[in-house]
Amino acid sequence: MNISIGRRQFLGAVGAGLLSGGLPEFVFAAPGADYGRLLVLVELKGGNDGLNTVVPYADAAYARLRPRIGISRDEVLKLDEKAALHPSLESLMALWQAKELAIVQGLGYEDPNFSHFRSIEIWDTGSASNQTLGEGWLARAFSAVPVPVGFAAEGAVIGGLENGPLAGSRCVALANPDQFLRRARLATPMRASGSAALQHVLKVESDIAQAAVRLAGSAAPLQGFPPGDLGNSLRIAAQVLAGGARVAAIKVSLNGFDNHQNQPGVHANLLRQFAESIAAFRSCLQGLGQWNNTLVMTYAEFGRRPAENGSMGTDHGTSNVHFVTGGRVKGGLYGEGPRLDQLENENLRHVLDFRSLYATALGPWWGMDSGRALGGRFEPVPLFRAV
Amino acid sequence: MAAKFMAARATSFIGVLRDIAGHSADRRFAAFRFLLLLGAGLGATGSAFAIGMGTEEARHLLVRTTFGLTMQRVRDFSFLTHEQAVSRLLSEGNPAASKPPPAWVDEPVTPFRTFRNATAEERRRLQDRDIRRGLELRAWWVGEMLDSPSQLNERMTLFWHGHFTSSQQKVRMVQLMYRQNQLLRKQATGNFAELLHAVSKDPAMLVYLDSASNRRGRPNENFAREVMELFTLGEGSYGEADIREAARAFTGWSIELDTGEYLWRAPAHDAGDKTVLGKTGNFDGDAVLDILLAQPRAAEYIVEKLWREFISQRPDAREVHRIAAAFRTSRYDIKTALRELLGSGAFWAIENRGNMFKSPADLVVGTLRQFEIPVGDPTPLALLMGALGQNLFSPPNVKGWPGGTRWVNSTTLLTRKQFVDRLFRTDDSPSEPDADRRNLNDFATANGVGRLNVEERERLAKSIAGMRFDSEKWLAHFPVTLAGDGETVRRIVLAGEPAGGLPAMMANRELVRLLALDPVFQLK
Repeated sequence: MNISIGRRQFLGAVGAGLLSGGLPEFVFAAPGADYGRLLVLVELKGGNDGLNTVVPYADAAYARLRPRIGISRDEVLKLDEKAALHPSLESLMALWQAKELAIVQGLGYEDPNFSHFRSIEIWDTGSASNQTLGEGWLARAFSAVPVPVGFAAEGAVIGGLENGPLAGSRCVALANPDQFLRRARLATPMRASGSAALQHVLKVESDIAQAAVRLAGSAAPLQGFPPGDLGNSLRIAAQVLAGGARVAAIKVSLNGFDNHQNQPGVHANLLRQFAESIAAFRSCLQGLGQWNNTLVMTYAEFGRRPAENGSMGTDHGTSNVHFVTGGRVKGGLYGEGPRLDQLENENLRHVLDFRSLYATALGPWWGMDSGRALGGRFEPVPLFRAV
Repeated sequence: MAAKFMAARATSFIGVLRDIAGHSADRRFAAFRFLLLLGAGLGATGSAFAIGMGTEEARHLLVRTTFGLTMQRVRDFSFLTHEQAVSRLLSEGNPAASKPPPAWVDEPVTPFRTFRNATAEERRRLQDRDIRRGLELRAWWVGEMLDSPSQLNERMTLFWHGHFTSSQQKVRMVQLMYRQNQLLRKQATGNFAELLHAVSKDPAMLVYLDSASNRRGRPNENFAREVMELFTLGEGSYGEADIREAARAFTGWSIELDTGEYLWRAPAHDAGDKTVLGKTGNFDGDAVLDILLAQPRAAEYIVEKLWREFISQRPDAREVHRIAAAFRTSRYDIKTALRELLGSGAFWAIENRGNMFKSPADLVVGTLRQFEIPVGDPTPLALLMGALGQNLFSPPNVKGWPGGTRWVNSTTLLTRKQFVDRLFRTDDSPSEPDADRRNLNDFATANGVGRLNVEERERLAKSIAGMRFDSEKWLAHFPVTLAGDGETVRRIVLAGEPAGGLPAMMANRELVRLLALDPVFQLK
């Protein structure tokens, strides 16, 4: 009997056991972190327009700065006397009413950079504006506190080629889990050697081989997700979880937010896709009994300029608003709403460092010392329900 | 000049000796190889002094500068010195495409207005038509990569497409994407300054970066930012104020909505003074481009990017400085930059061989060219390249394809290996056509083409089934005395020692398959 196949079947059987019988304690019991709780990051690529997402509808300055692309007061979905959601986010209202949707306002960093590529690097690596770090902030967290060996991978990137916050970690990119399993026999784990490029290929080969023994083939595809990239990616994420495979973090993305021109229609469609996908993911995970073990967080390279430009669009901006949701999240508004009367170089000033959001995932959620991964102290946002 | 030439000969002679020494792994045929290489060196002019670079270096040059090496080309180039070889590559640059484009490229564009006023059904029909046309255009370009005799020009056309990006996803009018490709092709190894001026007013670019709607009093900064950050200077060489001022200078550039042609709209132009990078004047867009080109940083920025394309991920600052100076002195003659780069010590250094990832174009087109695998309809290859992350005419964003490690993740590596495995597999299992159909559906989805209809899918599946490796024909390229030697074949197939070790077998189809599945095959 071929030994490597035997080992593989053995691990497969262990994986199947985990599926049916629930996860034994040892899988979760990493010292210093509870990776049994999943983190899902949703990148709103191109820089989502925060002001037309969570609208300061009562602020006269908003209507003045956005005479043509502003969302009218009559259409918004009001959250309180100041803030309202874009009408296309209607599917999120169920989460808001269930008090599971946290809206964190005023996120950004000192000395903002307006380049898509540099700014997303800052967000992905969790660096300061004048600091260049090589690895994603999650990769650093996994180095500080290792993910249990029983996990298929540290992270999974579903859709897109960018590993972002997971760059440098043991992560797999999944487009289609069934196909991944069919093809995984073509990958052979080998010891890393040679040039940096060769080492990268060898690492990917090993990551594939390791993930393949943990991923289960799926039964029928999960239903209820809207069409589009994000719906599809979140459906695959749910499928991986339904199969019993464990990863600590999943990254998905929705592209198309860089709307310098004719923003309203495109933005409305993207927000609708976003809200419907998140709502579907929540229902699906509730059905799987995983929603209380899941934290979903959005991020993007920057917000957009408060004043609309001349082409019914918006140019690159700074401070932004992000969503956090999950079964344990205490819904509500956090941070501070946009101060349109206190612009600096036509842009908003941030009130909360974006790394506070990361500290929230690392600290209260995973229970690790966030300072080690973030290279400094950032106050977590107190957005969890007391248990 | 003569001294330089002799020096090049001396270097390449040493290269040949190194070549021979490098064979220590397998001494059995060392004597044969020596004769072969010497024969190669002598063959060029019949003079004992005209030692060529040899097989190993010819392979390196061709794998980096063309879409795949062929045995014939490796042999031809092995007789040449570095300098002769680079001159020959540069002289092969014929800017015209070798194959006719799809017939519709000359049809008038469908104006935005028609889209806007169309019924939902009519709009869907138009969109579907443009998606299909986009696919035809991609297949046409892949065909050029496969067959064009101007390989360096072809590679540089793709390089500029990833530099001066525009995407069909936003531009929509497919004809404009074709016209931009014609422009990039024409200047691919021509003049960078002329290319910059022309591409800035290219209709697809005017739509892609919103210049067409950048008007006096209502500036749109999109183009102004990217032209500095990505096209000429790189981050850190300008300020936010420069972008805002430059955006005003670019006002007035627009397109004729009904024809998709460039149009100067004088009333939209902001004729006031602007201050850009320390210069003040009543600048228009061309004047700002000239200010950017006058920055020493511009030549360095482009040379660094070319370095990452051809040599390694880590440009050497001193060499970049030297080459950039020559590039500027030549008034941005791209051939000058390429000649310096490809003639540099770094390009030929041993540590810079096999240290770069093959792009999807390298892997897909390169493998088919290298192993002389016949291609009927290249459409499935265009779809495959898209699934591997290189969807022609639709780069992921304005920065183009990031390349490097980003090409290889667990999904793309398995797709790459599946493709290679399929080409070289010896057994024709009956489930193969089903797998091909499934792959085609996946690729089509990944490319945003939507569902393939049955007729289309069967036609493409047939095209894939026809792409098979003829091992007897290919292995016949090796001299009879060496034909059985696995190491000789390895040296042509891979850029370095196989990570999994050399399979212990004679040179046959299975050996080629195993070598092509080795991780080193992903490198160039």
